[in-house]
Amino acid sequence: MATLSKTNGDTGVGKTKWDRVEEMEEFRLLILAKKEFVIPATIFFVVYYFALPVLVGYAPGLMTHKVWGFVNLAYIFALSQFFMAWGVAIAYVVAAKRFDKFGVHILETLKREGYDDKQDGKRGL
Amino acid sequence: MHFDLTLILFVAFIAATLVITAWASGRSGDAASYFAANRSITAWQNGVAISGDYMSAASFLGITGLIAFYGYDGFLFSVGWLVAYLTVLLIVAEPLRNSGKYTMADMLAYRMNPRPVRAMAAVSTLTVSIFYMIAQMVGAGSLVALLLKGSHISYPVAVVGVGILMIIYVVFGGMLATTWVQIIKAILLMCGATLLSILVMAHFHFSFWEFFQAIGNVTYHAKDGKLVTQDFMTPGLRFKLPYGPLELISLGVALIFGTAGLPHILVRFYTVPDAKTARYSVVWAMFIIGSFYIMTTFLGFGAATIMGRDFISKNGGTNMSAPLLAKVMAGDVFFAFISAIAFATILAVVAGLTITASTSFAHDVWTNVIHHGVERTAGEERLVARIAAFATGAIAIAIAIILGPTANVAFLVALAFAVAASANVPVILFSIYWKRFNTTGAVCGLLFGLLGSIILIFIGPSVMGIDAAGVVVRHAIQHAPIFPLENPGIASVPIGFIGAILGTFLGAKDENAVQRFEELEVRATTGLGAEKAVAGH
Repeated sequence: MATLSKTNGDTGVGKTKWDRVEEMEEFRLLILAKKEFVIPATIFFVVYYFALPVLVGYAPGLMTHKVWGFVNLAYIFALSQFFMAWGVAIAYVVAAKRFDKFGVHILETLKREGYDDKQDGKRGL
Repeated sequence: MHFDLTLILFVAFIAATLVITAWASGRSGDAASYFAANRSITAWQNGVAISGDYMSAASFLGITGLIAFYGYDGFLFSVGWLVAYLTVLLIVAEPLRNSGKYTMADMLAYRMNPRPVRAMAAVSTLTVSIFYMIAQMVGAGSLVALLLKGSHISYPVAVVGVGILMIIYVVFGGMLATTWVQIIKAILLMCGATLLSILVMAHFHFSFWEFFQAIGNVTYHAKDGKLVTQDFMTPGLRFKLPYGPLELISLGVALIFGTAGLPHILVRFYTVPDAKTARYSVVWAMFIIGSFYIMTTFLGFGAATIMGRDFISKNGGTNMSAPLLAKVMAGDVFFAFISAIAFATILAVVAGLTITASTSFAHDVWTNVIHHGVERTAGEERLVARIAAFATGAIAIAIAIILGPTANVAFLVALAFAVAASANVPVILFSIYWKRFNTTGAVCGLLFGLLGSIILIFIGPSVMGIDAAGVVVRHAIQHAPIFPLENPGIASVPIGFIGAILGTFLGAKDENAVQRFEELEVRATTGLGAEKAVAGH
């Protein structure tokens, strides 16, 4: 298994295509851009989500405050979670368009340099 | 004679799915077509199929019933099921699609010494899938027997019927047939839920004010026989102190982490052409699943206000809330339609579980662990998968019949989520993001998470408890519970992470795993070298 990465996509300069991509400036930027979105987004949704059971469980006085007829804060907060989730999902899709551009660019550079992606598309794992 | 109509709709659904299976079996060629539907499923199709795979009878019937009986606390259940998909979207779906082939273990074993990691990942996959399957089958058996009351279809007959159908879909139709069964089921479920919601709102003259006034004044007979009026928007009717809030948080942990580790959801990402399609399919699924869970407001609170606890208890119990609501609102035809949807729901979920378990056995255990990654004869993997599908189906049927219709199986669902969250997710995360992570760490993480979840469930209130004489659904061990929570996520997820970290530092430094980390990072992020869609089918 270990030798597979050496034999596939090796252009004979002693470097695998994985090594080549790792050292590309664009790849570093891509990883960075992804982290800059995914880490804060994950922290945000986890905190927002767990605030619901924590507040409902330990601050029932606040959460049973009625806003409109019998509709209370607890229900509105629960309902808002759905829109929060959809909002984060849409924000991610928009941000990911930028990631895709980096990816396409990296693959093009690789092709120009003679690394072939097709060859090991079917390689066993 | 409503059961006759229900039976006709059941048969119509079965006939339609069998036609699909025949069509799919005619198209299946190589392994990628059997295990991954040729990677030809589009974003919206996969999104709908994920919804069909995910929204089980527990969601449709269970949550409606919970809201009908406990109001707001039942609705709290709904929330986590959707938010959990953000973990799938942001962290797991795309790297998995880019680095694997057929199973979750593909990604976990990528950097590591493949055999031990694959073996453990397969154990975890099979545990989650089979326990979840048994829970669904017991539910299916009681439900079908209840829905077709009067037609002489008993519990064992219903279980065997559901089991045989799921085996046929998977053995003959593979992933393609399973996908389309899930798509049809999801569309039916959404139609049913939407119609039911509209009927409920029509009852309140399409006035939200009127609807919420009714929710604020639900009357029923309490346990002591007194008539009480309760505001059903009040939290805490089910999750009471001291452990109630903690239970909710723990359930949240299991859902938020566990969904991203459910093998039958993860394999769906191998059916699409690339990571970008996988991403869009999660977003499709999130809109469908989210809309459905928002509609549980109408279904659940509608059942609570229009029928009430007393009526539901007398006519079949919590799980019958949704079909009963259909009957009260629009008569026998609609009851038959909603019952058929509940049946379709169960079939689609068990088919997804069967193909996941059998693929993991064939691809992980048979080919890669036992035979070192070599297929000895062409098509061997598919043949083994078909035999495994048959065997898992037979085992699930047998266990479901032995357990019987009154078995308390809710804990099996909690167990599936807990194992997924505590064993699979820590190892998935560390594989992609932690360079130092190694084989020992992966094996320990899976083992700790798996054992931790199982042990905590078995010493928790789902299995241990003291029942009064005459209670039908009894605890397996008549002893006060040692662990206070039904959902062990809050404790078992940290156990899984600790296992993975400890194992990594105790195990030898693995140069190969470090080197392959860069390879995996490149693959997972750029899609370089990912399994391609097969053209021309």
